[in-house]
Amino acid sequence: MNALAARRRHPAAIFLLLLLGLILTGGAYAALAPKPAIAAEASAEQVKEGQELFKTNCATCHGANALGTNVGPNLAGVGAAAVDFQMGTGRMPMAEPGVQAPRGKEVQFSEEQIAAIGAFVASLAPGPAVPAEEYTTGAGGDPGKGGEIFRTNCSMCHNSAGAGGALTRGKYAPKLTGVEGKHIYEALLTGPQSMPVFNDDNISPESKNDLIAYLKAMEEEGNPGGMALGSLGPVPEGLVAWVFGLGVLVGAAYWLGQKGA
Amino acid sequence: MSSDTDATPRGGSTAYGADDFAAEESWSTAVRLDDGHHVVGDGALPAHFENPGLPPHVERMADKSEKAAKRAERQVAGLFTLSILGTILFLVAYFAFDTAHRSWVPGLGNVSTTNLLFGIGLGLALLGIGLGAVHWAKTLMPDAEVVEERHPMRSSDAAREEFVGIMRDGGEKAQLFRRPLIKATLGGALGLFSLPLLVQLVGSLGPLPKNHLSLTMWNGEPDGHGGYTPYDKRPRLVTDPEAMPIKAEHVTIGSVYHVLPEGLLANEELGVEGLEHGQLEEKGKAVVLLMRLDPKDFKPTERGQKALSWGYQGIVAYSKICTHVGCPVGLYERTTHHLLCPCHQSTFDVTDGCRVIFGPAKRPLPQLKIDVDDEGYLIAAEPFHEAVGPSFWERG
Amino acid sequence: MSTNAYNRPAEALRSGDKPVTAPPSAGAKKLGGVAGWVDDRLGPAKGVNYLMKKVFPDHWSFMLGEIAMYSMIVCLLTGVFLTFWFIPSAGHTTYDGSYVPLQGVGMSEAYASSLKISFDIKGGLLIRQMHHWAALMFIVALSAHMLRVFFTGAFRKPRELNWVIGCILSMLALVEGFAGYSLPDDLLSGTGLRAAQGFMQSAPVIGSYLAYMVFDGPFPGEAIIPRLYAVHVLLLPAILVGLFTAHIVMVAVQKHTQYPGPGRTNSNVVGFPVMPVYAAKAGGFFFIVFGFIAVLSALVQINAIWVYGPYDTSAVTAGAQPDWYMGFADGALRLLPGWLEFEAFGYTLSLNVAIGALMLIPIMYGIMAAYPFIEAWVTGDKREHHLLDRPRNQPTRTALGVAALTFYGVLMFAAANDIMAIKLHMSINDITYFFRTAVFVLPVIAFWATRRVCLSLQRADRNKVLHGRETGRIVRTADGQFFEAHEPLDPYTRWKLAGFEGQQPLELTSGVDAHGVAAPSNGKWRTRLSRFYFQDVVQPVTPAELEAAHHDGHATEHLEAGETTKALH
Repeated sequence: MNALAARRRHPAAIFLLLLLGLILTGGAYAALAPKPAIAAEASAEQVKEGQELFKTNCATCHGANALGTNVGPNLAGVGAAAVDFQMGTGRMPMAEPGVQAPRGKEVQFSEEQIAAIGAFVASLAPGPAVPAEEYTTGAGGDPGKGGEIFRTNCSMCHNSAGAGGALTRGKYAPKLTGVEGKHIYEALLTGPQSMPVFNDDNISPESKNDLIAYLKAMEEEGNPGGMALGSLGPVPEGLVAWVFGLGVLVGAAYWLGQKGA
Repeated sequence: MSSDTDATPRGGSTAYGADDFAAEESWSTAVRLDDGHHVVGDGALPAHFENPGLPPHVERMADKSEKAAKRAERQVAGLFTLSILGTILFLVAYFAFDTAHRSWVPGLGNVSTTNLLFGIGLGLALLGIGLGAVHWAKTLMPDAEVVEERHPMRSSDAAREEFVGIMRDGGEKAQLFRRPLIKATLGGALGLFSLPLLVQLVGSLGPLPKNHLSLTMWNGEPDGHGGYTPYDKRPRLVTDPEAMPIKAEHVTIGSVYHVLPEGLLANEELGVEGLEHGQLEEKGKAVVLLMRLDPKDFKPTERGQKALSWGYQGIVAYSKICTHVGCPVGLYERTTHHLLCPCHQSTFDVTDGCRVIFGPAKRPLPQLKIDVDDEGYLIAAEPFHEAVGPSFWERG
Repeated sequence: MSTNAYNRPAEALRSGDKPVTAPPSAGAKKLGGVAGWVDDRLGPAKGVNYLMKKVFPDHWSFMLGEIAMYSMIVCLLTGVFLTFWFIPSAGHTTYDGSYVPLQGVGMSEAYASSLKISFDIKGGLLIRQMHHWAALMFIVALSAHMLRVFFTGAFRKPRELNWVIGCILSMLALVEGFAGYSLPDDLLSGTGLRAAQGFMQSAPVIGSYLAYMVFDGPFPGEAIIPRLYAVHVLLLPAILVGLFTAHIVMVAVQKHTQYPGPGRTNSNVVGFPVMPVYAAKAGGFFFIVFGFIAVLSALVQINAIWVYGPYDTSAVTAGAQPDWYMGFADGALRLLPGWLEFEAFGYTLSLNVAIGALMLIPIMYGIMAAYPFIEAWVTGDKREHHLLDRPRNQPTRTALGVAALTFYGVLMFAAANDIMAIKLHMSINDITYFFRTAVFVLPVIAFWATRRVCLSLQRADRNKVLHGRETGRIVRTADGQFFEAHEPLDPYTRWKLAGFEGQQPLELTSGVDAHGVAAPSNGKWRTRLSRFYFQDVVQPVTPAELEAAHHDGHATEHLEAGETTKALH
């Protein structure tokens, strides 16, 4: 019998065993459980910087403390992910009033500034955080599975090719081509404007990564058959047949019937 | 035609070719307008203009000059040669590239090389022949118009009479007119013989619908013949396409889940096998949309409050199959709480029991009554209370 | 033939000689041998001679039917190729081809084989695209051809039967196209099939039975793909080829119509013979149409089924439209309001679906097919017509045609309302409300405007005949008057403008003829419609009026309006 075994009935043994058990279980959980996809935590300075930027650029519509006015909604609870999406795609600050904010032609703020404002908004109330990079690039994702998820959840608004689609009263679901994987993830998470929320319990981070992999694979495949005509389906194809097709062939028929020189 | 000195204010020359009118001398007396602005007299003029006949033939360059004809010959030969080159392009491309090869072309984008080169090669091969043949006809073949006379379409009276004679004679020789029994039964037999063919086709093309349009997989397990054996335990709602059960707390306000009954799709993790047959058919009736709204958002109408009561804490479940012609109603507008069908734009108001507020649908989407089980997962408390999908006559 | 005819005076002595033809070459002798062999057995020389000498008039608008025919032949040819690789089965399989975004996905054999044709068979994508583009061009060209035949009145006696056959061909072509693009079982066409099942279900009394019959049970079932295949590859092509053969045989027997003009009468055909001109032109045109379709398929993508994904009953894509030729029916469904569905005693009558989906096509085609007979009844015209009308010379017919086309066009554009909404940044609801009104209002406006335009054009023609062509030369007379010199028309141009036949509305008759014997009468309705049809009719200029125009210059407004001719009858 060694020294440890001799002390097995010591009163502290139970306490130590419990402690060991907790450490092992906690460690195993931390290592093995699905991680909530969260990027680095914000610091207090970032929050302060974000608040300053917010006051200058966003408060007119969203209120001094981001609690909303009659022209801009309350941002408490939308999370840093929403800020990263809206500002990172140039939608915010909104250039002019309208039914919805279109994707901006250029992003007006640097990454650090956006992160700062995101930290400020996140400090108001808990909300979705900027996702971890491992789930936002599509790398390692299964495009086949992603496609199945896309066709069930997304193509009815955004169209099978991600070319966009109409909603009621002038609203629309925008094009998905040329969008960073991170922003797609954030849009799913935060449900911007008319878009519903697809939280991580509905579509898990791995599934979101599959989705992004699918969209990237689609973009890479391009349009093998020729001009895609906006990927809008039979309507532009019919237009080409009538205008271009009939036009050229009637032109040929006219040439055929004209007297030779 | 020379210009005339007695030009009238209305026009210059009044000289016409003599072939237009029979009696040139009768111009000044025969025809005029009276005070009532009616044309009086006809001056021995014909009632209508006469057809002047074919205009004189104008020669083409190739008709007049051998040099132009040779040039035309070279052009036609060039076009035929273009066709040969197109064929060669196709054949070379066929062996030089495989189907995976892509090329970037300005204006087109990233396209399949084989599709592009095959199409252009084949196109030139064909166009070269076509354009060459037409150009040949236009420049070198005779282009003087030829006249072919028509005859009335009608046969001659003699031929018609002969026809009538033959038919009548045949009928008489067959004793058809004298034998009414033959006539009657022949009519009956000919009228009826197609029935076996029709009955077989119409009867055997498909099964009778019975009441199957009114039942879904929320009623029970499919029995393989269109019916359902009722569940012992109410089925859970699972996600489409991953078939994971849904906890009520995970459905946050503004979420939309695409839902199927458990057991339809396979889930390896949970050891669910899924239906072996009829997955698409059951999906087509059982798909459901799950949304969570703030309970305050439901309208204070009878319909809106009933919708809230059939849900669970603001989570409501509706059939995803449009009541117009059956497309999946997927578009959920989170801010307006409207469901939009992309096919014909029927719009349903989730806050008011999915009442139709725009578009060609008439009936609201059927609601599925939901609840939670002991573990907090959402279950279907009852099957649909009405038939889902497009209307049909005996829907009731 | 010879360009420098008679150089020397002595050559004139040869003027009556028969031209010397070269002796036949070796190749021609062989060909003659083959022809002789066939003739010994079948005796076709007379028939072939008749066909080779046939004259066809030369106008581009007569080639529209040819474009349709050649496109159909391209469809038949490429279709045969496709049948070697396509698998018409709804059986389940997992994709393992080269298209990455669909690898590992479950789908039907039909869809998987279509993907294989597109990505793994050399030239497969080109054949698929040519097949689909040719199908679109077929229906585009036959529609344009139908419009030409209508607006020029080519459907009149003796061609009414050919018109009816043409209407049937047009309707069958729509079904053939729908069946064809539904075969790959992709998400977009599958959604269309789902809607088709909804249409069938909406049929009163028999709806659910009809749907279960066609789909062999609940939607989608495993029977619809193989059944559509049989219809698309076997049944409809056989009927189409049979009917269109009858269609062109009738054209050959009745001879092609021609536009009026100098030298052209109702009892001749002026043009070019089949051998050699038309053989070269029409044969060449086939290659042009075929080649154009090939180039189009190389450059412009069509029906990218891999983007839509395999059909699934719980998925759908935004921008869900059928191919263009079904657009008018889809548009009707978007515009019909929901209150047209009625429920009573446990039964549901879905007129909001049935009107657009089940009744529209038969009613439209029924009216179209009956039109020649209606027009003949209204005008009382029982004669053979081989000369075409200029559309302006039949203002009511042209206006009716434009109104019908406007109605069709509104429905067709309504099917694209969501594409218009996103491309033009408009509200889809507003677009739909606009079209709902437009479908009733625009055809009426179009009818009225077209008729007035035709009448104005006719009067402008009269003006031109009466006063000649404006030369742009201003002449000043000695006493200070200014006028523009007009050049009278040459007889060929004048014939074009004034050579058509004047028409009159039917008069009410009493039921007995001049001798008191009972005769078929023109009833009240017939004369009313006839008067409507010939309202404000403009007659062609007569030589008498032309003569009068030169003497009574100040009264020419009445001549131009054609009012003077009323007195002559």
